[in-house]
Amino acid sequence: MEWFRSIMLPPQGSAFAGEVDTLYMFLFWLSAVLFLGIGGAAIYFAWRYRYTPGRVTPHITHNTTLEIVWSVLPLLLCGVIFFWGLNDWMKYAVAPGESMEIQITAKKWLWTFEYPDGSRTANEIHVPINKPVKFIMTSEDVLHDFFVPDMRVKHDIVPGRYTQVWFTPTVLGKHHVTCAEYCGKGHSDMTATLVVDNEPDFKKWLETGGDDWKNYPPEKWGEMQREQKGCATCHSIDGTKGQGPTWKGIYGTMVEMNDGKSYLVDDAYLQESMLQPNAKIVKGFEAIMPSFQGLLHPQDIRGLIAYIKTLK
Amino acid sequence: MAQALTHSDPHIGDRPRPAKNYLNATTGIWSWMTTVDHKRIGVMYLVAVSSAFFVGGMFALLVRLTLLTPSHKLFGKVLIDADTYNRVFTLHGAIMVFLFIIPSVPGSLANFVLPLMLGAKDVAFPRLNLASFYLWCTGAILAVTSMIVGAVDTGWTFYTPYSTTTQSSVGLMTMAVFILGFSSIFTGLNFIATVHKLRAPGMGWFDMPLFVWGTYATAIIQVLATPVLGITMVLLALERVFNIGIFDPKIGGDPVLFQHFFWFYSHPAVYIMIVPGMAIISEIIPTFSRKTIFGYKAIAYSSVALALLGFLVWGHHMFVAGQSELATVVFSALTFLVAIPSGVKLFNWLATMYKGNISLETPMLYGISFILLFAIGGLTGIFLGALSTDIHLTDTYFVVAHFHYVMMGGTVIAFIGGVHYWWPKITGRMYSEKWGRIGCSLVFIGFNMTFLTQFFLGSKGMPRRYYNYLEQYQPLHAFSTFGSWVLGMGLFITAAYLLASLRKPMDAPDNPWGGTTMEWLTSSPPIEHNFEEQPVLEHEPYDYRPRVKKHA
Repeated sequence: MEWFRSIMLPPQGSAFAGEVDTLYMFLFWLSAVLFLGIGGAAIYFAWRYRYTPGRVTPHITHNTTLEIVWSVLPLLLCGVIFFWGLNDWMKYAVAPGESMEIQITAKKWLWTFEYPDGSRTANEIHVPINKPVKFIMTSEDVLHDFFVPDMRVKHDIVPGRYTQVWFTPTVLGKHHVTCAEYCGKGHSDMTATLVVDNEPDFKKWLETGGDDWKNYPPEKWGEMQREQKGCATCHSIDGTKGQGPTWKGIYGTMVEMNDGKSYLVDDAYLQESMLQPNAKIVKGFEAIMPSFQGLLHPQDIRGLIAYIKTLK
Repeated sequence: MAQALTHSDPHIGDRPRPAKNYLNATTGIWSWMTTVDHKRIGVMYLVAVSSAFFVGGMFALLVRLTLLTPSHKLFGKVLIDADTYNRVFTLHGAIMVFLFIIPSVPGSLANFVLPLMLGAKDVAFPRLNLASFYLWCTGAILAVTSMIVGAVDTGWTFYTPYSTTTQSSVGLMTMAVFILGFSSIFTGLNFIATVHKLRAPGMGWFDMPLFVWGTYATAIIQVLATPVLGITMVLLALERVFNIGIFDPKIGGDPVLFQHFFWFYSHPAVYIMIVPGMAIISEIIPTFSRKTIFGYKAIAYSSVALALLGFLVWGHHMFVAGQSELATVVFSALTFLVAIPSGVKLFNWLATMYKGNISLETPMLYGISFILLFAIGGLTGIFLGALSTDIHLTDTYFVVAHFHYVMMGGTVIAFIGGVHYWWPKITGRMYSEKWGRIGCSLVFIGFNMTFLTQFFLGSKGMPRRYYNYLEQYQPLHAFSTFGSWVLGMGLFITAAYLLASLRKPMDAPDNPWGGTTMEWLTSSPPIEHNFEEQPVLEHEPYDYRPRVKKHA
């Protein structure tokens, strides 16, 4: 029946996912049977007792036994489902004490993850396999929601308070992370990648940001960073105006700031714009970009600058 | 000339269409605008809410069209960008909920039928009834204005702090919702008083048609829950205008508090929507089965039970929103209780059909459609009531599909069924039965194509309110969009033949379906004061035992 489950549900990335799916599939089959019973009865009666002129129908007003049965049986069934759901949910609600803690800061429309050693990433999280990991989440602006379909977990992220969610990943590789609480224009682009690594790979990635970048020319790596780090949400590459200035053709031009001064867009300017974005604000835009200090490794900044240079 | 119907029935009374009836008793637009006749107000409501349904439906088609492909391109062009999309789905939801579904059955059908069913001349407060309609109009005008000056982009739920910080015209829209709330309260108050005071001589509480019971239960929710929505909207306005920190944490508020307030109204509002729908079905099923209703008291009490339970389950919208764990568990347990009265109604309708004498005219087709669709809506509710599965499914298309099965597959299908059921009484005309069946089939098929698909999208992990989506969801999205076209076509056909029945008259008899409730005793359309003489209760409702007919 695995193929049938996979029609309806995403791959299972955690033990919790398996438990949720068991209840889901139970409910699916239960609903299917009940629906066929109810719908089948309606259609069968409509056919079996179809209209014949003049036929007199029996005057059946009620049947107390029957009515008690069809009230109490569903109630019992509902009780079972409630406790089943509760039992699994308790595991979701309480994170194990030895969990690794990752802080999530959500804002329109960027995910930032901070590890216990202080290193930060944007829109990409790496976690070690088979270790419980707990996310402590808060928002800088409106409501967001951390949803990892493969793990079957989801929780709102509320400004002004901390919420948490946890899971133990059991499947190596990439999993999709997505915002599930409406947060405005970039809501559907507020996605991230969860990468489940082996322990050694994870440690190495944490120190250096991984060495994946060595496989690409700098401008290609920069193009990938634009998507991955969330630059693309606000900065277009085709000249259209987004939340921030487009990157098309900006390198080497003079740009006017909202205080009237103009600056040359060169490597130094671009680096400053990434790390201290609010030092200079281009005319016509708001100071809304978060700092990427600590989020971008040196190879990322080099790549992004190389990429912007190619955008004529 | 009255048209002979497909079947003969001992209960059909038949008089020629009265020359003077409520439609032409007085003439001129002013006589309509100042009318206090519940029948005319019902008709005006019917036109008004149908117009709102049309506008909301257009937005729905736009939503589906946008999601046809992940690139959103049609003929090589992006028609709707993310910003516009957010406004379109917000307007779809807000219009459908506040301007259409909530006032739909109470404002139009109940307004028309309830006094007739009670054997009354009018509702208890005819002027309040007219005021309620004009409040609806005021709310509608504000809502339309808000669309023009900068349509809201918050989702129909207005969640804070997004709604207190967005530039769109949240102020106007919340004012519209506030005023529409009062329209709803006035209607509810009126019906409560009417049911208590204006029943025909001899009609006790358990002699009332079940439609009256449903409307009464609904009225209680309207009166008790709607003020909370009003208060919430005022608080939202205070925060936006005077920067008083109530919901926005930046100025000391709590966004989760807003959700509690909002759902404290909006969950009972779900029952404001569905209970009248169930009430219509409780009329249609016995009439077309020509058999007395099974479990009258159980159906009556289950309406009241739903109305009361509806107040205790609002927290099930917030399992992952940050309410306390204890609250989450309690709300989940209470939510399962809702399944019982809902199930009881379904079983009672089926038992009514058992050994009936069932004909499948258009209203009954909608009645059976309701049973099938509401069963799916109800059963999928179990997935969302159970805590662990809800964690995965909430805020995805699964929820969207679930509530469309209840709201559209339930309430709207019942509403359309009710419009067909009482159309002969309201207009004095019969519509084309053939086109009625075609329309119903298209609506049923199109609806399932559109929304059954969305359960799979949701359980696969597709979040709701998404403009961009992953390539893998495209086939399901496309299928859903095709379904929306079939559904739209069905609804257009329905509107067309109903309107055509006015232009190309086929007079309706007094009691085309052989109904046993009092509205069928008067002429079609009724005279201005409803009945020639005060009707007196002669038998319980839905009594199909052969008897000597007194009204002929």
